[in-house]
Formats: sequence, structure tokens, C-alpha cells
Amino acid sequence: MSMKLLTGNDLRTGEVTWWTGTGWSRFVENAVDVDEHGEAIATEEIGARRVNAAYVIDAVDTPEGPRPAHIKDRIRALGPTVRLDLTLKPADPDAGSWVI
Amino acid sequence: MYKYDKYDQAIVDARVEEFRDQAARRIAGALTEDQFKPLRLKNGLYLQLHAYMLRVAIPYGTLDSRQMRMLGHIARKYDRGYGHFTTRQNLQYNWIKLEEAADILADLASVEMHAIQTSGESIRNVSSDQYAGAAADEIADPRPWAELIRQATTFHPEFSYLPRKFKIAVTAAEEDRAAIRLHDIGLKLVRNGAGELGFEVYIGGGMGRTPFVAPLIRPFLPAEHLFSYCEAALRVWNRWARRDNIHKQRIKILVHDLGQEEFTRQVEEEWQAILPNQSDVPMVEFDRIAAYFVDPPFEAGAPDEIDRSDPDFALWVDQNVVAHKAPGYAIVNISLKPIGGIPGDASAEQIELMADLAERYSFDELRVTHAQNIVLPHVRKADLYALWQTLSENGLAEANLDLISDIIACPGLDYCSLANARSIPIAQKLSQRFGDDRQREIGELKLKISGCINACGHHHAGHIGILGVDRKGTENYQLLLGGSGAEDASLGKITGPGFDEDGIVDAVEKATQVYLDRREEGERFLDTYRRVGMEPFKEAIYG
Amino acid sequence: MDKAHILPANASGLRFRDDPVHEEPAVTLDAFLTQPNATAVRVEAGEDARRLIPHFDRLALVEVDFPRFRDGRGYSSAKILREAGYTGELRAAGDVLVDQMLFMRRVGFDSFVPNAPVDEAVLAATLARYDFVYQPAADAAVPVWKLRHG
Repeated sequence: MSMKLLTGNDLRTGEVTWWTGTGWSRFVENAVDVDEHGEAIATEEIGARRVNAAYVIDAVDTPEGPRPAHIKDRIRALGPTVRLDLTLKPADPDAGSWVI
Repeated sequence: MYKYDKYDQAIVDARVEEFRDQAARRIAGALTEDQFKPLRLKNGLYLQLHAYMLRVAIPYGTLDSRQMRMLGHIARKYDRGYGHFTTRQNLQYNWIKLEEAADILADLASVEMHAIQTSGESIRNVSSDQYAGAAADEIADPRPWAELIRQATTFHPEFSYLPRKFKIAVTAAEEDRAAIRLHDIGLKLVRNGAGELGFEVYIGGGMGRTPFVAPLIRPFLPAEHLFSYCEAALRVWNRWARRDNIHKQRIKILVHDLGQEEFTRQVEEEWQAILPNQSDVPMVEFDRIAAYFVDPPFEAGAPDEIDRSDPDFALWVDQNVVAHKAPGYAIVNISLKPIGGIPGDASAEQIELMADLAERYSFDELRVTHAQNIVLPHVRKADLYALWQTLSENGLAEANLDLISDIIACPGLDYCSLANARSIPIAQKLSQRFGDDRQREIGELKLKISGCINACGHHHAGHIGILGVDRKGTENYQLLLGGSGAEDASLGKITGPGFDEDGIVDAVEKATQVYLDRREEGERFLDTYRRVGMEPFKEAIYG
Repeated sequence: MDKAHILPANASGLRFRDDPVHEEPAVTLDAFLTQPNATAVRVEAGEDARRLIPHFDRLALVEVDFPRFRDGRGYSSAKILREAGYTGELRAAGDVLVDQMLFMRRVGFDSFVPNAPVDEAVLAATLARYDFVYQPAADAAVPVWKLRHG
């Protein structure tokens, strides 16, 4: 099932963050479908400086959680595929296959 | 090498505080992101895929061990234990926090370093020959001129909101190791018939989505007028470049649109208008700068023989060690391209080790190359074996300089928010495919990979170039042949339809096979390509 | 130190000159060149400021427009006018932000009419931040190479 996610970077740290409905999480698994409300939430959150450079993306709802439609956002969600030790799943040697 | 005086130090220190204030105003909400972005970019701070990225300037690629150690320290303290050496001879960190950026700049300033104008629409870090001051084939050290340009272009009030970025390179050798004709301004130090120093001035080269090899705009510019002439070119460009389309705002487009002759006429006319301002840096100041670049105290009578009895060492010497101007000395290239590794990356420990080795073996000096390797410029031949042993023990002795596994690659989609495809995994697969004796059989082959059309990986200038594109949401790779960034500069041509990740590696292999089958005595891959043309390669790749 | 006066004609304007404020409205460059009595002109980004050089004797105010703060053409316009000997008021107008004003002062601007008001404390700190410069420009700052060699 297709869905819309709101993502951005933390203003102070630059970390990738995902809108959870009540706040921001580093983990895409916590992201919720923002439906038509992404732009409005982004405007408010950017104004409050809780996020930087926020934008809405397409994703698919899967049993493992939301999967961004575009590879760029999947890499953002995981981390660099060439340094799995630095990703959010450093213990999973197969983490990169989720991206491809 | 150059040392700051109180003026240089005061300017860099003030920049740290200025940026600290700007970042604080951004965090406090006094600046919007649109307003802050050009300000942070002027200090090398990007917002990338995973975090902020900080690009640190290494002017003309030269640094000492104290500075190199600081780069390692910052990698460990503020980043995630590594840094990435770039094609502009800089270093970038991938995991920076905005709230710590000013502290990093302060640490850099404590060792006479900065991140000034490493990004944004400004005059970027001036690049040069990594063998400057050590090469056997140069007419003079180009770095004093590069330092003169560094100072004169730092916070230039007229040229800080330019149409686009602006890159200058300076060389002084016959062999062009700095790709000067692919720069906005490329300068080659020459002597005229009367023996006076001057520059060949090339303007309007560049890669990106519309690549051009720069035409020669002035065959001989008296050296003392270097800066005013650059100012004239910058002013013509700043005034008349397009401002309506970011992809058409580089100076190369203006040179192309006006034509070489008309552009030259305008620059010459502007130069005549500028000369009375006396903005040229006087030669007494040049002499002050040049005094920092005198030769280190080379040991007279240093032994010239190398004991080649260890075959692995001999292999490395043949591939990575280059002739030095001083008898008994050699230039050492430290490859940052281990087979299967990430091109240009170095861990904090490796950075610190290279600093130690420079202090011990190379008069405290290191260079960063545009091919993303490190150079120890002044090593006694008698020390080569001990140096090599230490490098070997630390994964830094790959003997592959200028071979097919010595790949230039941009960070690509693994790190970069502009990228369309990943570059690093392609580099890794290629280096694994060829990283045995095969690469030695193939010989010199410069392979360059960009993850998007912006061409940070110099794919246009590769003997073999690879360009990552987005094809309906999947990564796709185009193959280019025949580019060169050297004195025989040329732009690569696309072979045809693109490939997937494995397909591109196979296609490169087929291209190298055509070369091996058809090469004549003494020909490099590039020479054979130029002789036989694209067709045989196309046939082998797509046939 | 560089001291700003509030432009009386415009509460959001700043002026670094002591002479009386020029009252006449600025006309377009084309109008200025065809109206022999005009004394104030507005130069758009992309227009050739050099066309004003023969008319300095009747020119009291040049207003240079900055359509977007990232559009730096106006810096060259200002510098060219000062190099050619223009001593009248040189005003930066439009999308002019506090972090641009140091360089604008250096190329010769001596008044500002920004679209949005400027925090004067930030401006004062910005203009005072650098004690040294690397290049001569249209201001009085002495380049360090001159300081180094007396």
C-alpha cells in the first residue's frame, strides 16, 4: 500500500529524521503516513526549527515498516551501503539488500 | 611551506567567530535556511544525505604533519573516525553537527587551516601539482603563486557572490598533473624568449553537465600581473554571465557563448581598466611568500641506489615512486585505493600514521593529489624500504598508481544528496576484478567515476569514465572512453546505452580486452583508443 | 569605526554619509541618460554601470538593485563606479542582508535600503569583525601585503 512520509534532517545535528505523528525519529520504521498533511506539518516544524530541509516522499507500507520508493531515501534511512558499520543496522550484514 | 603571520591568523580566527555567530543565528531562527545556506557553503558546510558535511581546504594540496594530525584528531573527535580526500586536494568529513562546526573551525585555525570558500558560488581552493617543489620537470615551484592567489581571492569583496563556483589551478611542469585545462582558469608557469616568468592563461574549461577543454586566452601574461588579469576575467564573467539558469552560469558557458575571440577582447579591455587600481600583489610580497617554499636541506651525496631484492617492494617502487629533482631522493605516492576499498578514504589512524611518516621521512611535508592519493614529496631513497614496510603493515602500500584500480570516484549516492547512483560500489567491484596482475598488464589507465552529471568524479577526463544516472528509479551507468585531464586534455565520449552495476564492470573488462588485443608497442589504453577510434570498442561491448 | 545613520526618508534604510539626503527620486538608467536634468538613477542587475561615467558631474545618487541576495552583479557595478571616481551616494537596494553588508561597504556602497530591516547590533559586529583584508577595494582598508612591507 502506498503512503506518504515526511522526512528531513535535524537542524543542529544534521541527522536524518522521520515524522512519527507526534515528533521526529531517526528510524524510518517509526514514520507514519502523512497523507495530504505533509506540507503543512513541514512548514510548522521548519518554522519551529525542529527539522531542516523537510520534504514529502512516496513510500510503500510493508510488514517490516515503511519502505521509501526511491533508493536515495532508502540510503538516507539506512546509511552508506559501503560502510554498513556506520548504518543504523551495523549488526546486519544483509542490511544493504533492503536498499537495492 | 607557507606559514601564517599575525595577519593571516587574525583573518582565519575572525572567520571562525563570524561563522560561530552565523550558525548561532541560524539555530536561533534569525536566519532562514535559504539565507543561511550560502553562508554555510562559503565555509564548506553542506547538508548531505546523512548529516552535515564539512570540506576542509588544503591549499594547493600541501600540508605538514601537525596539520595532518589535526585532520585525524577532528575525524576522531567530531566525526566517525575517518575522512575523505577529494579531487580538489581537500578533505571532507561526512558526519558533522552544525552545532559543533565552529569548534572544528577553531581547531583547524589552531594549525593554520580553514574551510573558507571550499564550496558555494565563490573562488574555490586553488589547486596545483602534487609534485610541486620536488618534480624534476618543473621550471619553478608553482605554489608561491598558488598561495598568492589564495590570499588575494580570500574574501574578495567583489567576487564573493559569483554566478557559480570558480576554480583555479596552477602548474609549472610540462606534464600537467593538475588538469589545468579543465578549470575555470588554468595557469601554466612558463618563460618567454627573454627568460622572464609568465603564465599561459587558459579560461573556460570545466566538467559538469557541459564539459569544455579551456582555450588558451593569453599565451604569455607577465607573472607580476597574475592577479589583476584573473580579476579582469572574473569581472567580465560576474557582470555578463547568465543568472537565469544555474546550469548555464559557469564561465565556460560565457566563453563558449561569446566565442574565444570576443571573450578575450573583453577580458583584455577590462584588464586595461583594472590595471590602474594596482590590485596586483607586489613582487616584494611574492618574494616573501616564495621564501617559505625554498628547498628543504637535502642531504648532499644521499645514496642513489635502491636495494630491490624484495620483489614486493620493487613492484611498489616501480609503480608508486617517482623521480625527484634532488639526487638520492624520490617522490612517494601513498595509494588510498586499496583493492576493494573506498577511494580517497583514510581512517584517523592512517591519517596520523601518514603524518608521522612525513615528519620522519619527508621533511614534515605531505601533499594531497587530485587523484585522491597522498604524496610524501621528499624521501631519501635509502629510507624507501623502511617506509614501505610501515605502509605495508597499515594497508597503505597498494602498488597501483595510475593503474586501473587507482580509481577516482566521487562519494556518490552513498553520501551525496545530488547523486543519482552510487559510485563507490562500482569502484570496489572494478578494483576487485582487475586488482591482480591484470592491472599491471594493462598499464596506465585512468578510470574515473561520477555518481551524477555534476562530474565530481571527473568521468569526462577518464581514459575510461563512468557516469551514474537514474533510469526510472534504478541506478544505471554510462561508459565513456577517451578522456584525459593531462596535458593532452580531451573529453570522453559515451559508448552507447548504459548498464547495471554488474554490466558496467563487464563492459569495462571488454574495453580493456580490445586494448590488449590491439595495442601497439608502447601504447597506453588512451593511445590505442585514439588510434583505432570508438568502433572496435563499441563492437566488443555491445556486439 | 564605520557608523550608520538611519535614513530619514525610509525607516528601514541605513546611510553611512553625512551629507544631506538626496531628495530626487531615482529614475531608470535609460531615463537618466535621456533626461539631462536627472540627478539620481537606479541601476538594475545586468545593466552596464559604465554608461554613467560621462555623467558624474550631475549624478548625486546611484541606487543599485539586488533582485536576490545571491545575485552579485551589483558588487561589480559599485566597484566600477568608485574606480571611475564617482563620489556621490551609492545605495544597495532590494534583497540586501546583513551578512552581505561588509563586502558591500568594501566595494563602495554607502547606503542601504534592504527589503527587510537589519538587526543593527549584528550589523555593527559584522562590520567590525575583520581587522585585516587581503585586497585593496573601494574602501579605506589597507591590504595586508601593504602592512607587511610598510
